[in-house]
Amino acid sequence: MRSIIDVMDLSVEELDELIASAEDIIEDPDKYAEVCRRKKLGTLFFEPSTRTRMSFEAAMYELGGHVISMSEAGSSSAAKGESVADTIKTVSNYVDIIAMRHPKEGAALVAARNASVPVINAGDGGHCHPTQTLADLLTIHREKGSFENLTIGLCGDLKFGRTVHSLCTAMSRYAGTKFVLISPEELKLPSYVKKGVLRKKDIPYTQTTDLEGSLKDLDILYMTRIQRERFFSEEEYLRLKDSYILTEEKMKLAPEKMIVMHPLPRVNEISVSVDEDPRACYFKQVLNGKYMRMALIIKLLKEAGRL
Amino acid sequence: MNIDSIQNGVVIDHISAGKGMELVRLLGLDTSDLSVAIIKNVHSEKLGKKDIIKVDADVPFNLDIIGFVDPEATVNVIRNGVLVEKKKLTRPKILKGVIHCKNPRCITQVEQELGHEFRLTDDGYRCVYCEAKAG
Repeated sequence: MRSIIDVMDLSVEELDELIASAEDIIEDPDKYAEVCRRKKLGTLFFEPSTRTRMSFEAAMYELGGHVISMSEAGSSSAAKGESVADTIKTVSNYVDIIAMRHPKEGAALVAARNASVPVINAGDGGHCHPTQTLADLLTIHREKGSFENLTIGLCGDLKFGRTVHSLCTAMSRYAGTKFVLISPEELKLPSYVKKGVLRKKDIPYTQTTDLEGSLKDLDILYMTRIQRERFFSEEEYLRLKDSYILTEEKMKLAPEKMIVMHPLPRVNEISVSVDEDPRACYFKQVLNGKYMRMALIIKLLKEAGRL
Repeated sequence: MNIDSIQNGVVIDHISAGKGMELVRLLGLDTSDLSVAIIKNVHSEKLGKKDIIKVDADVPFNLDIIGFVDPEATVNVIRNGVLVEKKKLTRPKILKGVIHCKNPRCITQVEQELGHEFRLTDDGYRCVYCEAKAG
């Protein structure tokens, strides 16, 4: 049974296919309005989420399908001590496909190994969040027209930011990609990503703490939130949380065609005034995420013989 | 036990010096009733120094464990005082139930029934669940 745990579970050809499918959905949504008629998506969110959960649910509704949800982990069988494996084996009997978020890293693999329906990882702790990366890729493709020869600035929490690691990995498969890694010393990109992805594939990158000085070279600025929930020490979080704030003033230093992306939610790392700048693409990412989830649900249901 | 001349048993030779005790622990020899000799820091032409483990019983060993600790080690099977088999080792691609993931955020930390499993990658063994590096 095919599940998607990591964006790297998808080949470049499959990513192209998903992007083409999402573009077609955008072009003619009515054509897809009944594609998943009588099919059910189970959304199992073991930790709080607003946008990802609603995006999956909206995606399934727009495909004409139904959604069954676990209300919250605190009131579910998980609170009684049931294992992820048992929960998934049970829920597999009720639905055609599962989207799961869990605070522990690797929980999605446990789910995939025990499910009899496809599982989409909707985030497993700080590990992977493949549909966010799919949203990012569709946004880049729609805004830039291609994945090649792009210089991408990654800014903020590059240590714990799972979206950053996934985007690095996904974009490393395209020719001409360069990265500028902008972060405080304490939140630099982990060496296993630099060594295992960037250096392994000879992707040029520079590391800096200077956002303003880096802007002029970028095609894409990917901002991230410093995530309180990834820190063991509140003191450390408070010291680092305001490291980078993108303002209208700083945007004057950026090229006219640079786009600003963010996986959201933001706290204060992008001033609200930047939202009016035509280069701000983070709310487009949200919409693109829904289209890519629609494309992925269709693909996995077809592969499972359920469509 | 005469450590020079095992009649029926296994000699794990050419273990990099210092890794013998780890191997004894992972193979469970430290808590078993078998007669075991651990010889540390023996002179070796090839390695300079090496460790040797001799087990005076013809019992099967999990070669994945030995390959994980030291793929350069050799496993010699002795029967009736004669070397009957010399096993060459490789680093196992998948390592199950040998070492534990220490990442506090890993699912294996909260679900005790889950088996610990590691995959060999370019930079060593990583947990198949959370991808944290072993060690």
